[in-house]
Amino acid sequence: MISKEDIKQLAALARMELPDDEAVKLGGDLENILAYVSELEKVAVPDDLDLSTAPRTNVWREDGAPHPAGRYSADLLKAAPATENNFIKVKKILTNGS
Amino acid sequence: MALDLEKMTIASARAALAGGEISARELTEAYLTKAKAVNDNLHCYLELFADCLDQADEMDRSGVARSDKPLAGIPLAVKDNILIKGRQASAGSRMLANYQAPYEATVITKLKEAGAIFVGRTNMDEFAMGSSTETSAFGPTRNPHDQSRVPGGSSGGSAAAVAAGAALAALGSDTGGSIRQPAGFCGVVGLKPTYGAVSRYGLMAMASSLDQIGPISQTVLDAEVIFRTMVGRDDLDSTTADYPSPAKKTGRTIGIPEGFLAAGLDPAVNDNFRQTVKDLTAAGCDIREIELPHIKYALASYYIIMPAEVSSNLARFDGVKYGLKVDGDNLLADYLKTRQAGFGTEVRRRILLGTYVLSAGYYDAYYAKAAGVRGLIRRDYEEAFASGIDAVLTPTAPTPAFPLGEKTADPLQMYLEDIFTVPANLAGLPAMAVPSGKTEAGLPLSVQFIAPHFREDTLFDLGRLVEDITANQEKK
Repeated sequence: MISKEDIKQLAALARMELPDDEAVKLGGDLENILAYVSELEKVAVPDDLDLSTAPRTNVWREDGAPHPAGRYSADLLKAAPATENNFIKVKKILTNGS
Repeated sequence: MALDLEKMTIASARAALAGGEISARELTEAYLTKAKAVNDNLHCYLELFADCLDQADEMDRSGVARSDKPLAGIPLAVKDNILIKGRQASAGSRMLANYQAPYEATVITKLKEAGAIFVGRTNMDEFAMGSSTETSAFGPTRNPHDQSRVPGGSSGGSAAAVAAGAALAALGSDTGGSIRQPAGFCGVVGLKPTYGAVSRYGLMAMASSLDQIGPISQTVLDAEVIFRTMVGRDDLDSTTADYPSPAKKTGRTIGIPEGFLAAGLDPAVNDNFRQTVKDLTAAGCDIREIELPHIKYALASYYIIMPAEVSSNLARFDGVKYGLKVDGDNLLADYLKTRQAGFGTEVRRRILLGTYVLSAGYYDAYYAKAAGVRGLIRRDYEEAFASGIDAVLTPTAPTPAFPLGEKTADPLQMYLEDIFTVPANLAGLPAMAVPSGKTEAGLPLSVQFIAPHFREDTLFDLGRLVEDITANQEKK
């Protein structure tokens, strides 16, 4: 049973501000989906099974000349919701005395 | 000259362009006009690029349109989660409603080099999460064969545009069937390439161990032309591989996992599938019943692995770097409000599900188990192919296109639409949906071939065979 509080906790972990009515609705959905996927309990997975999904090859890249500093900055900053003096602007996370 | 856009193929358009019977301008304008005409009803495009006519003019002037480049002057549509530098790309989400791509996806670079012209970006389920294009933040797309029905999803806009003659072909992305199922619902061809065959650089990540970009087209040959243009290793996507040349010729021994097909097939889908099998036998294919003991668990495994990856990939949308920002009292409140307002219900549902299955107490029971089952599914296919099977055949989807709204209230019902398509993603195998006929009401039906890694050539060979069979039946 997934309680409304459990869902609110998951939402907090996923950084979403879920209203109560939606938490109840999504809690029900999640229970149904988890009930469906629980059929996997029936499957025995051998310990030595190869779990790679594609032929495994390590991909190396030579260290080369990096692009000039700032080459993409203007394009990327243009996409940011708030900027100041060539920086992305965010609210402060530390406050005095707390 | 009058152009029959619903019948035109890349091959026929290229012949007409190379012979000077039409100009790139005329061709592109014909598709733009058609797209504008159908879009009010179908809503397959989120945006048409009117300035693509300038590119067409330039190709006519420079002679590129008459050159032998494989896609010279060919008007294509692009799913809204693939970046074209300088254009908007929203992934069907409020989160990115005003996002402009600051760089170009590798597939776009390659297609442009081959001469393709991009006419617009197509509607999709939000962040590619859905099987009906109904989760788009900008309203649903409708099926050109019956506008009361969905086009499938998540690449529903691309499939509907191609089926309606509003693009010569289109790009989609496929995480659990998002190219093949809409191609099936709209009566066109859809290819999900081998994992690692086509670069995802510039594709918005949904579930990175599953995502692939692929073509949606009128014919198998058209899909092949686009695939061959896009394929190959890309330094910007370390999951790509050098595409190997096949070690042996294509074969026509087809395996059918009867045990897996037994339950839940729509009667029209079942009848059509049986007829296709009969016709393939008559055409000389060796049909064998096979067992893939674990694919019945594929959907359950997928609905653990996919949301787990979704919850990780979509953590990047924070209102800081790009996209929507909703202001709160502090930084944490910015995150909470932005992500609540920016994501639709289905995306939130999957993020929560992913957060749940990855959380400390449940990781082994869900995620680790699903990853193990995924390994068993992959081994099932390996064993089938090792036993002499060249391809596995199933229907593409368990039903024909369903009415809008029919499955939106029950997520599990919607997920069941993916039952035949997810195994190929889990195993990284190439798979292709090919039209195989219609229901009595005229809704398209489709079959799917799944081949070993990097054996797209087998898919193209068998796909063409089904194409011939279907064309013969329509003549009768």
